[in-house]
Amino acid sequence: MEKQYKTIGEDAWKNNVEKVNAELFIFTYGSLVVQLVKDYEDYAAVNKQLDKMGYNIGVRLVDDIMARTSLERCSGFTATAEVISKVGFKLFLNVAPSVASWSADGKEFSLIVDDNPLNDFCELPPKAVQDGLWYSNVLCGVIRGALEMMQMQTEVEFVRDVLRGDDTSEIRVRLLRMLDEEVPASDD
Amino acid sequence: MSATYYFAIVGTNDSPLYEAEFGVQRDESKYLNQFVVHAALDLVDDAQFMSNACYLKTVDRYNDWNVSAYVAPSNTRLMLLHEAKADEAIRLFFTDCHELYLKTLLNPFYESNSPIQSQTFDAKVNTLAKKHLL
Repeated sequence: MEKQYKTIGEDAWKNNVEKVNAELFIFTYGSLVVQLVKDYEDYAAVNKQLDKMGYNIGVRLVDDIMARTSLERCSGFTATAEVISKVGFKLFLNVAPSVASWSADGKEFSLIVDDNPLNDFCELPPKAVQDGLWYSNVLCGVIRGALEMMQMQTEVEFVRDVLRGDDTSEIRVRLLRMLDEEVPASDD
Repeated sequence: MSATYYFAIVGTNDSPLYEAEFGVQRDESKYLNQFVVHAALDLVDDAQFMSNACYLKTVDRYNDWNVSAYVAPSNTRLMLLHEAKADEAIRLFFTDCHELYLKTLLNPFYESNSPIQSQTFDAKVNTLAKKHLL
C-alpha cells in the first residue's frame, strides 16, 4: 500500500508537474516571510498569517493533486498520512517526509521533514527564534486546508524546526473530527 | 606562529559590516587597525580600475602592515591587514570568504549593507582563517 503511494507520487512528479526554478521559489517565499515580519512586527501574528495563506493554498492544491493523480479514497487516517507525505509533499516540494510518532488512538502523527527546501539559504535572527517564528508555517496551513476539503478537520502545527536549532523539523497533525457532508442551505 | 591578521568587510557606503582578528591579539592596535583599513579604502578605489580581477593584492602599507583587498562585484570590499606576504593563501581566503558573504546575502533576513551578526558566519570565517592563514 505504502509502496503504491510512493509510485503514484513519483510518477506524477515526473510526468504531470510543471517545475519552477528552486531559487526563485525559495527567495520569493523568503521575501514574503520577511515582509510579513516587517508589516506585523510580531512573530506570533506572522505565524498566523502564514497559516492562513497556507490554508487558502491548501484548499486549492488538494484539487490539483486529485486531478494529476489517480488516487482513490483513503482507507483510513494512516493512509491519509502516507498520501500527504508521498504524494502531496512529493508533488509540490519534491521531498517525502517520513510519517512517525503515531498516537495510541491513531488520530495524531508527525511528519519529519528532513530536507525542507524552504529552509535553504535561511538563517533566523536570534530574536525570531526567541519569539517563536515558525518560518515554514505555511506548510501547516496547506495541510490543514487540504484535509479540510477532504472532510477532515485537523490541527496542524510545527513542533520542531532545524532553523531554530532543533535536529530535525517536525510537523504535528491532529485529527479533530470528520466533517459530515452538508447539504447546502439554499438547496430546498 | 606569531602572525596577526585583521579582517574587515566594508559595505558599499564605507561602513564596516564585519570585523575579526586572527592569530596573536594586540591590544594597542585595535583602533589603529580600523584606521589603517579605512585609510586604504581610497587606494582600493584607485586600484580596482587597474585590474579586472577581484583580488587586488596588497594595496597599501603602514609601517610593517600590509593591506590586501578584494572587491566583490557589488562593491563590497573585503580587507585584510597582515604582516607576512602570502598572496596565494590570502587570495584563497578572500575567495572563500566572498562565497560565505554571498551565502549571508542570500538569507532573506539579512539586509544588504547591514552589520553581519550571525554567529555561524563568524565561526566559519574563523575556520577559513585557520585553514588558509594561520
